Amino acid sequence: MSQTITLKIDGVEIKAQPGQKVIEAADAAGVYIPRLCHKPGLEPFGSCRLCTVLANGRPCSACTTPVVEGMVVENETESLQNFRKQIIEMLFVEGNHFCMFCEKSGNCELQAVAYRFGITAPTFPYQWPHREVDASHPDILIDHNRCILCGRCVRTSRDLDGKHVFDFVGRGCEKKIGVNADSRLADTNADISDQALDACPVGALLRKQTAYQTPIGQRLYDLEPIGSEIESTGNTN
Amino acid sequence: MPATKPRIATTSLAGCFGCHMSLLDIDERILQLAELVDFDKSPIDDYKQFTQHCAVGLIEGGCCNEENVAVLRDFRTHCDVLVSIGDCATMGGIPALRNMVTIEECMQEAYVSGPSVYNPSGKVPDNPEVPLLLDKVYPAHEVVKIDYHLPGCPPPADTLFAALVALLSDEPIKLPYQLIKYD
Ligand code: SF4
Ligand code: FES
Repeated sequence: MSQTITLKIDGVEIKAQPGQKVIEAADAAGVYIPRLCHKPGLEPFGSCRLCTVLANGRPCSACTTPVVEGMVVENETESLQNFRKQIIEMLFVEGNHFCMFCEKSGNCELQAVAYRFGITAPTFPYQWPHREVDASHPDILIDHNRCILCGRCVRTSRDLDGKHVFDFVGRGCEKKIGVNADSRLADTNADISDQALDACPVGALLRKQTAYQTPIGQRLYDLEPIGSEIESTGNTN
Repeated sequence: MPATKPRIATTSLAGCFGCHMSLLDIDERILQLAELVDFDKSPIDDYKQFTQHCAVGLIEGGCCNEENVAVLRDFRTHCDVLVSIGDCATMGGIPALRNMVTIEECMQEAYVSGPSVYNPSGKVPDNPEVPLLLDKVYPAHEVVKIDYHLPGCPPPADTLFAALVALLSDEPIKLPYQLIKYD
């Protein structure tokens, strides 16, 4: 049955399909809701909370909340934007993000949302946690310093590659990405062609020998903010 | 000559002078800048001490030792507005890579066991002339209040120039998307 659902985002009426999540309906309508752990094609995860909106007045993650007829969604309010800014800042201070030499710089979604929000320096103190790098695999490396625990590699490896190479281990600030082997990535069946490698929004999971190939100025987020691709293609009807 | 030109001071703390090079990269606009300001304490004119109160202080680099902290506090005292320029000032930068190891390990690697170290005494320098290292490298805003941040490694010359002109003409710093980058 394909009856259409009508909802409002920041006062603008948009159409949605039953079963869609708020973020999917917004994307289709050309409305950008900031996100990090959400990736189209993957099961919703709802962990980063960057997509938090008010749906009928209640805070919820737009990537896990289904659309409902007549729903009133608030997205770009000042308080939500400030809240999101703080989440981004926390992600920066809780890891070790050295953009100046990171292979992913310019194509990194964490950096890109920070640019979009005009963050020039975090307001929280840096934590400088001790994190490992696993470069044991001949073609792939994991730099835990940069991992934001979005789980996109976990879901991609499990659901699209059918391999389950990655999963979370540990709790709290000890939580990290573990691999499906005693200790090293080299001992798993991870392969250079795994889609999981393309799922990482930051420079935590990388193909070796592919770094710095795109000149500065031509990278994904050098000229246009993240989300502008959604804002320019959608049709707000 | 107008006697009331605003004064500007600059310093490089735990940085590489790259941000100062980027400032010089404004090329002939440096003449325009010289019309707008007089330089006070700065490596640009080699004044070692403040001579007067300044409108703007540009801070390159974070704090890795006690001298950096003293200079930064001196800047806070003598400048109305402090601007952190570059990733070292805004987040610690490359020097902050040592923040993930203990200071003992760091000194050991630098002066005793590092692959290119020649130091027959096997001792870590311990001279009152050498400023004491802090336990960690701190971004400038974790030491004193910083009013504006211009990240980048280094921030592009256009970013520095646009921000300075805005500050000196009492306009809000409104930089286009392309000018705020972390690399
Ligand atoms: S490695 Fe990348 S994709 Fe996997 S959880 Fe960390 S940030 Fe997310
Ligand atoms: S994108 Fe919705 S919680 Fe991360």
